[in-house]
Amino acid sequence: MRKPLTLKDHHHEQRIFSVRLVVSVFLVLLLTGVLLARMFWLQIIEHSRYTTLSDNNRVQTRAISPPRGLITDRDGVILADNRPDFSLEVVIEQAGDLEALLAELGKLVELDAGDLERFDKRRTAARRPWEPVPVRGRLTEEEIARLAVNQFRLPGVRISADPIRHYPHGILFSHVLGYVNRINAQDLDAMTLEQQRNYAGTHFYGRTGIERFYEDRLHGEVGYRQVETNARGRILRVLEEQPPVPGKDLRLRLSMRVQKAAYEALGERRGAVVAIDPRDGSVLAFVSRPGFNPNLFVTGISHNDYSAYRNDHDNPLFNRALQGRYPPGSTVKPMLGIAGLDAGVTNWQRSIFDPGYYQLENDPHRYRDWKRWGHGRVDLHLAVVQSCDTYFYDMGFKLGIDRMHRYMNLFSLGLHTGIDLFNESTGIMPSKQWKKAARGRPWFHGDTINTSIGQGFMLATPLQLATATAITANHGKQVIPTLGGERQPVERDTIVLNDESNWQKMTDAMVDVTGARGTARIMAVDAKYRMAAKSGTAQVFSVGQDETYNEDELAERMLDHALMVSYAPADKPAIAVAVLVENGRHGGSTAGPVARQVMDAWLLNEQGELDVPEVFGDSASAPEPTLTDNSGDTP
Amino acid sequence: MSQREFIRQMPGHAPGSLSPGLAERLHLDAPLLASLLLLMLGGLTVLYSAGGESMELVVRQCIRFGAGLTAMFVLAQIPPRSYRFWAPVIYSVGLILLILVLVMGTEAKGAQRWLSIPGAGRFQPSEVMKLAVPAMVAWYFSERTLPPRLSDVLAALLLLGLPAMLIGLQPDLGTAILIAASGLVVLFMAGLSWRLIAVAVLLVVTAAPVMYFFVMHDYQRNRVDTFLNPEADPRGTGWNIIQSKTAIGSGGLDGKGWLDGTQSRLDFLPESSTDFILAVLSEEFGLMGVCLLLGMYLIIVGRGFFISWQAQETFSRLLASSLIMTFFIYVFVNIGMVTGLMPVVGVPLPLISYGGTSIVTLLASFGMLMSVHTHRRLIGY
Repeated sequence: MRKPLTLKDHHHEQRIFSVRLVVSVFLVLLLTGVLLARMFWLQIIEHSRYTTLSDNNRVQTRAISPPRGLITDRDGVILADNRPDFSLEVVIEQAGDLEALLAELGKLVELDAGDLERFDKRRTAARRPWEPVPVRGRLTEEEIARLAVNQFRLPGVRISADPIRHYPHGILFSHVLGYVNRINAQDLDAMTLEQQRNYAGTHFYGRTGIERFYEDRLHGEVGYRQVETNARGRILRVLEEQPPVPGKDLRLRLSMRVQKAAYEALGERRGAVVAIDPRDGSVLAFVSRPGFNPNLFVTGISHNDYSAYRNDHDNPLFNRALQGRYPPGSTVKPMLGIAGLDAGVTNWQRSIFDPGYYQLENDPHRYRDWKRWGHGRVDLHLAVVQSCDTYFYDMGFKLGIDRMHRYMNLFSLGLHTGIDLFNESTGIMPSKQWKKAARGRPWFHGDTINTSIGQGFMLATPLQLATATAITANHGKQVIPTLGGERQPVERDTIVLNDESNWQKMTDAMVDVTGARGTARIMAVDAKYRMAAKSGTAQVFSVGQDETYNEDELAERMLDHALMVSYAPADKPAIAVAVLVENGRHGGSTAGPVARQVMDAWLLNEQGELDVPEVFGDSASAPEPTLTDNSGDTP
Repeated sequence: MSQREFIRQMPGHAPGSLSPGLAERLHLDAPLLASLLLLMLGGLTVLYSAGGESMELVVRQCIRFGAGLTAMFVLAQIPPRSYRFWAPVIYSVGLILLILVLVMGTEAKGAQRWLSIPGAGRFQPSEVMKLAVPAMVAWYFSERTLPPRLSDVLAALLLLGLPAMLIGLQPDLGTAILIAASGLVVLFMAGLSWRLIAVAVLLVVTAAPVMYFFVMHDYQRNRVDTFLNPEADPRGTGWNIIQSKTAIGSGGLDGKGWLDGTQSRLDFLPESSTDFILAVLSEEFGLMGVCLLLGMYLIIVGRGFFISWQAQETFSRLLASSLIMTFFIYVFVNIGMVTGLMPVVGVPLPLISYGGTSIVTLLASFGMLMSVHTHRRLIGY
């Protein structure tokens, strides 16, 4: 096709090409310069910024949670320890398609609706970013193996072997030990920055009971580990490590033996038992029945389990010993008697005639004695032994409510006892001022008379009754109930009476309560020691409007509460007990035997002989923690 | 006078240079070969680190280098006039194969790039076109007078546009752009008028938004978005570029040392042995290593320009200059993308990145360059 006339001008073509080649060379040099400038910018000018980014990429500081301190009873029996638990966790940020992942996980391990529901709740709740969210705990070895084999197609899935809290005696100590459960955003928000730092690696937090009160001591100090990780978060090497300081072990003043006796003596009845060593305020037993299984709460209780507890009419989550407010009834008569004696409104010689009721002047209303036909002529001693209401109506009226209020406060009634547990109820010790403030109504004479026998507005917790009894047993020396072994509570002033012999005389009367003519004679049968006691019966006034009971249950729940306070040995008290049995009707026959078993457990040795234990020693003499109860009481 | 004598008497030709050494007799260009081998050696060093000290990766790369060097050697033996003669045929066959790929190709990673040949494994026709397109356009202009007229320009655009479009449809935007570029370089070298170039630049600037909104695939649009604002999604599509810049920047002047680059060794840097291998080099050897690399590339490109300048007729000149410019475009696009100057397009760093057929194709193109240089005396014009 080439024609001679359009001959290629090779020279011209070469010239064009040479120019273009030179332009190309310049272009290449220019573009190389651009690249070099870019490199210079990144590597020299921005160098320190990118170095920081690079270090942030690979170096991570991880908190190491300190192992939580053990809790033991006074003899070293372990009540709370830590056990390894393998749980399945998901890092949401790495998981990708969460629904598909959960479906896949469901094929490998057993996940019930409860697990998924709790996972959903935790996932949507406020949490630290990149913190693994637990899906299920207590993995079996087979499940761990199945997960490990399939790990590669389960992004963000981890198996963690965190130690978790375990309560070997479960329900037995539920209300006093409380429990830990997973720490949440609200817990962290409530902390100071320093505390938040200390909890950086912690998964569990003391929620109730001793676990809550002694959280700081049990928790310990967080440790740190600087690690180099790869892009998938796997730790490649440890750069620096500061080990955590483990939480301190906590030796309680509780006695496994006494606690168990109290728990078993109550049986299936609803109620509470508090036993205190009056010599030093040590709480020996602290029982509220029904209890709950604290181990269920640790890793997160399932909806079913929780609603079973919530819907139970017996209210197992309610701490009756600490927060249950009951009319103390006749159990406070010894303290009221002391008040009457000290105020000078009565003495041991004075007697009145009891026709079976008490009547104020110019008032037709009759305040009835529990004994319809009356006790006849009664003095203070007999009034305590037989629990004569009329005598106390008369004495209380003469004492007046405000003096009664002051004296009862000395026995911790109406006040916090100062026990090392949170959310203690103060009960109600009424006064004129109180009624005006709380009810907006003036005080009537009838109110004073009702209060004289521990009824009316007066309410007390089993813990308060045990404390008041211990103070009585101590002849006025104050008692602050104490669970923690090393705790040194603030001292309170001893109650000093105008006539100190009144203490012994009241003790004698209380000892006679367990004698042949007394209301608590059943509990003293075949006892190896002398005991002092006072029974009580508290009327159940009403049933809450929102509660529904069937007919039988309703009848049962309308019965009186049975109460008993006691201490022993009478001459040198080493234990004071308050027993409450809801709807137990008669203090003497229902609550009395419970108190007796609790005192026996403390005062008698294995051979059944009287062998009063020493006062709680200091921590230097503390026995080594053991998992089993070596005291010989358990089979 | 005979052609041979004419060449011998051309100015700037030292008589000694024609005395055939061993390399000359084998039709190899010693300076080019030496610098290529040096670059490959450096590449293997970086690859050993980038691949997590995997000897297997290095050995496999060596096998590719071997295949590439063989292809280079074979292609160097073929004189340019044969390329010129066969260019239309190879181009046409390549075009047909590209259509076949779209019709019955094997799919991988959402793109249809491979053609399965029974008994011979898989084959990527677009690699052939990397060489066939510049050869075809160079052939076209060698048949015309230069500078090209508008009709020639349009014909050339059709020649390079058709395969680029077919490859773009696979879709493989990176290769399509590079193949189009290799053809455009020929057009530029052939003397495309500056006025037309200005018009073309204007057209591209106005067409870019249109491309973005109406032509590009979602994944391509994502890449552009990421380029414009990588921090918008640091855990997702922006991850690559952020980690790459972090690796380069933390390298500093003299780097963290061989095998000590934390970004790549700890897997923060994705595709560290393939497209993003420059980030590994920059992290471990610093700006000094980068300068050395760019220096090596400049030497190779300079030698390529020298060969083009020495080429004796239009086809050889256009082909050689196009091949060497394309090589530089590879380098520029890859480094630009790894340093965040350009959007992420899948272009490997020539002779350093681990991978596939592109190494063989690249070395083959250097074989053609050598052929242009070493067959000069035998050209019969």
